[in-house]
Amino acid sequence: MQASISRVKVHLSRWLAGSLLGLLAAGTVFAGNWLPLAKDGVHDPRSPAAKQLQEPKEALSRLTPDTTGNQVRWVLSLEKGEINPREKLLPETKVRKLDQDILLNLKGGMPIVRFPHKQHTEWLDCSNCHDQLFEQKTGATKISMFNILQGEQCGVCHGAVAFPLTECYRCHSVVRPGQTTNLPTHMNPQFHKPGGVGP
Amino acid sequence: MIARLVVAAIALALAFFVDIPEAGAEYADVVINKQAEKNGMRPVVFPHWFHRIRFRCKVCHAELGFKMRAGANDVTMAAIIDGKFCGACHNNDIAWSVEKCDLCHSGKRGLPSGIYGGHETSGPGRW
Repeated sequence: MQASISRVKVHLSRWLAGSLLGLLAAGTVFAGNWLPLAKDGVHDPRSPAAKQLQEPKEALSRLTPDTTGNQVRWVLSLEKGEINPREKLLPETKVRKLDQDILLNLKGGMPIVRFPHKQHTEWLDCSNCHDQLFEQKTGATKISMFNILQGEQCGVCHGAVAFPLTECYRCHSVVRPGQTTNLPTHMNPQFHKPGGVGP
Repeated sequence: MIARLVVAAIALALAFFVDIPEAGAEYADVVINKQAEKNGMRPVVFPHWFHRIRFRCKVCHAELGFKMRAGANDVTMAAIIDGKFCGACHNNDIAWSVEKCDLCHSGKRGLPSGIYGGHETSGPGRW
């Protein structure tokens, strides 16, 4: 009797340890764990809003998933038409878009950065970046990861509201001639190519 | 001995389960508390995720003139009622009006203004 109880205990503790590790591993691999507003640490659970506002999970779980940030591929979600956010409020506003890629970091060691104006101008107006953050002339503004990590330049959005700076290869996406890559699948730069398929 | 280990394992497991939901705000939530608590209201929580499903960045950050830096905008209720900033939509036309105080003023008391959400943003940078 005693022996069988302790055997059960051993099984139980192994099961617990195993499922704990499994859960932790799953948490790092799978997205989709949006917190309820009442438990997110910023909303007051006693506020009437906690019961009335839309929950992140309800809205975001329907969109193309990501492994980071809001766990949504916002650019893809817009391209696919999963969301259709308004472009302007005022009738007189001119909506400006530009389809032009800029290659940056041509001499560094990381893969070259391809900055696509197209995806950025779907969301943003020219004036959001020019000329406060970046001069319009290519090469006129010295861009550095130091500044970006400080929340300047690209870091005004990337790391705060757009995908974070942990996703190196989403920007450093153009492999140099002769460069070998060994990228994690979720950072696969093929994703950027026309018709590229995301994870 | 094994019983103690099991209890410890359960406690550890429970600690994980209790800790996980406290992880933090949704990515890019903004707490706005320059004026609110001084005036007896809860801080405002602005969820970027909710708004960007419905509006592109340029609507608020170009048309409405919100600077792209938490804390850089002086958003007062007077300006909102005047149709500026949040008041361009929160006017009982596009979205709920200023009478629904608690829907925006929904933050935990004592939270400083700033952008919240996700371990990625809590590094040594300005965010």
